[in-house]
Amino acid sequence: MRVAGVILATIVAVAVQTTVARFAFRGTLALDLVLVVVVYASLILGPVAGLLTGTFAGLVQDILSSGVVGIGGLSKTLIGFMVGVAGTQFIVNHTVPRFVVFFLATLAHATIFIGLYVLLGLRERAVPYGAVLAQATGNAFVGVVAFRLAERLPGTANRRGLAGGISRPKR
Amino acid sequence: MALPDVRQRVGYLLLAVSVGHIILISAQVNSRSGVPVLSAVVFGAFAEVQRVTSSVVSPVRGGWTGYIGLRRVKAENDALRQQLAEAQLEIQRQRALADRGRGLEQLLELRDRLAFTTTAAEIVAASAAPDFRTLTIGKGTLQGVHTDMAVIAPSGIVGRVVAASALASKVQLLLDRNAAAGALIERSRSQGVVIGVGEQLLRLEYVSEVADVVVGDAVVTSGIDGIYPKGLTIGRVETVEKSGGAYRRITVRAAVDFSSLEDVLVVLAPGTSQDAQETPQ
Repeated sequence: MRVAGVILATIVAVAVQTTVARFAFRGTLALDLVLVVVVYASLILGPVAGLLTGTFAGLVQDILSSGVVGIGGLSKTLIGFMVGVAGTQFIVNHTVPRFVVFFLATLAHATIFIGLYVLLGLRERAVPYGAVLAQATGNAFVGVVAFRLAERLPGTANRRGLAGGISRPKR
Repeated sequence: MALPDVRQRVGYLLLAVSVGHIILISAQVNSRSGVPVLSAVVFGAFAEVQRVTSSVVSPVRGGWTGYIGLRRVKAENDALRQQLAEAQLEIQRQRALADRGRGLEQLLELRDRLAFTTTAAEIVAASAAPDFRTLTIGKGTLQGVHTDMAVIAPSGIVGRVVAASALASKVQLLLDRNAAAGALIERSRSQGVVIGVGEQLLRLEYVSEVADVVVGDAVVTSGIDGIYPKGLTIGRVETVEKSGGAYRRITVRAAVDFSSLEDVLVVLAPGTSQDAQETPQ
């Protein structure tokens, strides 16, 4: 059920990224909704699900893009794993910590992604700092809003074990 | 005891997935000719999802806009203002229709002017990843669109088709970091290669240090790449600097505003007669 949910969420994120986001941001592409899904799934489900979600989502995004298939997959796999581990080590049940996780995850993703391209000699060292920071802020905002919306759904607290106050992602 | 086992397994899983990715990347970097089969199949399937999503999004957006407009009218409770708002909406709609008509008219004029067979296509989706500059157009192999066909707009070249499914195709924009096109300075005929850098500005490389290039010079396609027909507008020279080497450092501002593209022309057969007609659909 969770696997189906993650696959569906990824497909929806890619579809929204390629259609609605195009209208909303007039081509500036200030969001990576697929990365938001990966970080969200990692925080909720833990490092194993995080890295598998990252692999699936990254590969889908790579295949639908014009770049080297696998670079986005590897970047999102590492981010999914790292965020999943961070989710088990730290309490990230509040808005500010979640915002920080999404923000840092986007920065780390950009570093790995651009770094791999530079390492393979497929891109110059110039880093678009402004675009990366804008994307990190946008992703963090969307991620936090997604958490808030998900928590308002009926029965969410019981499903995630929030009734006790603190959630511990499954490993 | 169970916790370290689980951690160890997660580590192995991460290692296996990472190695798999690295092998995948290595295979592509070593042999970059042609489109991978996996890419073509997944793109073909997902293009249909994008088409359906695109057709669902438009009515939802229309419905949402109508709802907001209706709430405002109810709050104001003024029949005259309601009529005014409706009239304004109608004007906007007509203006949008007129803009769209003008765009299509320009496209039609361009097609009549060109000496090769083209087919018009609507843009149905943007790039799936923010780091790549691609578009999906609503025509594919059934309409005669294939990989490595040039895509143009009234103001200049847009990019090339990099993958085509039955009813949709993926277009790599000239802005993409992996995109390039043979180019020449229209005034002095100095040749070079235009390369995308991910932004609106392009880089013109391999132009000799002694070549006659000044800011404002028009840059057009040279046709040597075998994809873009000769003489199509790419943009204008924005900056010219001496690099100290054998070549100049030149930036070019693309003529096409990629953020406002709605329709494009795909060059089906370059070099045929001017009377050539669009292929049947």
